[in-house]
Amino acid sequence: MNNVMAVMRRELKSYFLTPVAYVFIVIFLILSNTFTFYLGNFYERGQADLMPFFNFHPWLYLFLVPALSMRLWAEERKSGSIELLMTLPIELWQAVLGKYLAAWLFTALALALTFPIWITVNYLGDPDNGVILAAYVGSLLMAGGFLAVGSCISAATKNQVIAFILSVVACFVLLLAGFSMVLDLFSAWAPQALVDTVASLSFLTHFASISKGVIDLRDLVYFALLIGVMLYANAIVLELKKAD
Amino acid sequence: MIDCQNLVKHYGPLLAVDDLSFQVEPGEVLGFLGPNGAGKSTTMRVIAGFLPASSGRVTVCGYDIATHATAAKACIGYLPEGAPSYPEMTPRAFLDFVADIRGMHGDSRRARLAEIYGLLHLEHVLEQSIDTLSKGYKRRVGLAQALLHDPQVLILDEPTDGLDPNQKHEVRELINAMAKDKIIIISTHLLEEVDALCNRAIIIAQGRILADDTPANLEARSKFHNAVSLRLADNVALEQIRKEIDALGDVERTEVDANANRLTAFPAPGRMPLRAISELSAERGWEFAELHLESGRLDEVFRTITGGAAA
Repeated sequence: MNNVMAVMRRELKSYFLTPVAYVFIVIFLILSNTFTFYLGNFYERGQADLMPFFNFHPWLYLFLVPALSMRLWAEERKSGSIELLMTLPIELWQAVLGKYLAAWLFTALALALTFPIWITVNYLGDPDNGVILAAYVGSLLMAGGFLAVGSCISAATKNQVIAFILSVVACFVLLLAGFSMVLDLFSAWAPQALVDTVASLSFLTHFASISKGVIDLRDLVYFALLIGVMLYANAIVLELKKAD
Repeated sequence: MIDCQNLVKHYGPLLAVDDLSFQVEPGEVLGFLGPNGAGKSTTMRVIAGFLPASSGRVTVCGYDIATHATAAKACIGYLPEGAPSYPEMTPRAFLDFVADIRGMHGDSRRARLAEIYGLLHLEHVLEQSIDTLSKGYKRRVGLAQALLHDPQVLILDEPTDGLDPNQKHEVRELINAMAKDKIIIISTHLLEEVDALCNRAIIIAQGRILADDTPANLEARSKFHNAVSLRLADNVALEQIRKEIDALGDVERTEVDANANRLTAFPAPGRMPLRAISELSAERGWEFAELHLESGRLDEVFRTITGGAAA
C-alpha cells in the first residue's frame, strides 16, 4: 500500500507542476456552472435541487475526463519513464492503482470545488441535501468509470491524441449503451440477452438513479466492477505493450 | 551475483538476444560492447526486469527475475538508456519519490539523499525542473536514482553518454570507487571507457557473445599487441631505417606513414621486438621524437571481432 501511495503522490504532484491541473479545474468549473444556469435553467425551474447541475456531468466528463486520462500511461511510455517505474521494486498493480487513484482524487477535488453551487441552492431554498450528496457520490463514481476506461486505453498507445479520441468514443458508447443509438447496432443480429446486457451497461441509466438520491447496491456494484475490470485490463495491456 | 542462462529475447519475428549465457560475480565490472542494435540494451532490460525473456533464466542476487521480480529489483540499481525521468519534477521531488518506493525513511534516508546530492553535484539544481537541466545533469539525476539505495547490483546503460570530458571522468571515478564489492554492468560504445572502468568485457553482436575476456586479453588479440611505434626526427632517412628494422628477426613486417614520419614494426608471432629495436637504434645513433610499445588497440579488435560492421 505504501507503494500505491508513493505512486499516487508523485502523480498528483505532477498534475500541479504542469498547467494540466489548473486548466482542467477552471474549465470544469466554468462549464459546469454555465450549463447549470444557461442550459439547465437553474433559476427558471424554481426548484431547490441540483438536477440541472448534475444532469450535464456525464457530458462534461465525456470530454474532460479523457483529457485527463490520456496522459496517464501514454506519456509515461512516450518519455520512457515507464522503464524506470517498472524497474523499481513495485508490483504492476500498485503502479496502475496508484496512478489511477491520483487521477480520481484529482477529479474529486475538481468536483468538490463546485461547492458554491451547493451553498447557492441552500441559500435560495430548502433542498434535500441527502439527494445532493448521493448525486455527488454518483457523479464521482461515474468519473471513476470514465477514468478507468481512459487509463486502460492510454496504456495501449504512446500517442496522447489517439488515447483521447479513442477514450471519448469508448466513453460515448458506454454512456449511451442503453439508448437506441447504440442498441440498434446490436438488436438487428444479436440475441436479446446480449442486447439486454449491453443496455444494462449504460452509464447514464446507472447515474440517473443515483443522482435522484436512490443509492442502489446494483449501481454501486456496476461501477465497482467496471473500474475493477478496466484496471485489470489496464495492467494486462501494460504487460503486453510496455516495451513497444 | 547475476546468472544469465540461455537468455533469448524475440521482438515478434526479430531475434534480439540469441542464447546468451554468462555470470557476473561481485567485484566484477562488466562492460557490454557491441555495435548499435547488438542486443546490449535488450539484455540489460531483461536483467533489470523491464522485459520478460522469451526463454532462458535470469537470477539476480539469487532471485529469479521472472518469478521474484520485486525482490530482485530491490537489489538492482538501473539506469535505463537515455536516463528517463519525470521532466516536470525537480530532482529533489523525483529522488524523494524513488526513496519512497525504495522504502527508505528516517535519518538514514536524509543522510543518504544528502550524500547522493553531493556525490553527483546536484545541490545547485535541486529545485529546478528536470526539464530545464542540461543533458549532463539529467544523466546525473538518472545515476542518482540508480545509486540511491546503494544497490548490490548496478546496471548502467551508457552511463556517460552526453557528458563532457570532466563529467565523464567524475562518473568513472564514482563507478571505480564503488566497484570493489558490487556487481556492475555497463554498456558503452566508448572503448576507452572499457579500459578505464571494466575488468571484464563482453563483445556482443546480433545477440550473441563473440568475446568474453579481460580488456588486457582482448587487446592482446590485436595485431598491434607488442608492436613498436616510432616517430622519427625530421632529418632521418625513413626508408633506410625501415630496411634495417625489417631485417630484425623479431619483426615480421613494418608499416610506414610517411606524412607523420611514423613507422610501426609488427612483431613476429610470440616475439617482443622492442629491445632489439632500441639496441639497434642506440648502435646507429638514430634520433626519435617518440618511441613506444603498443599494448594493442581495442577498437581494432572490436572491428575485427564484430566483422567490421558499424563500430
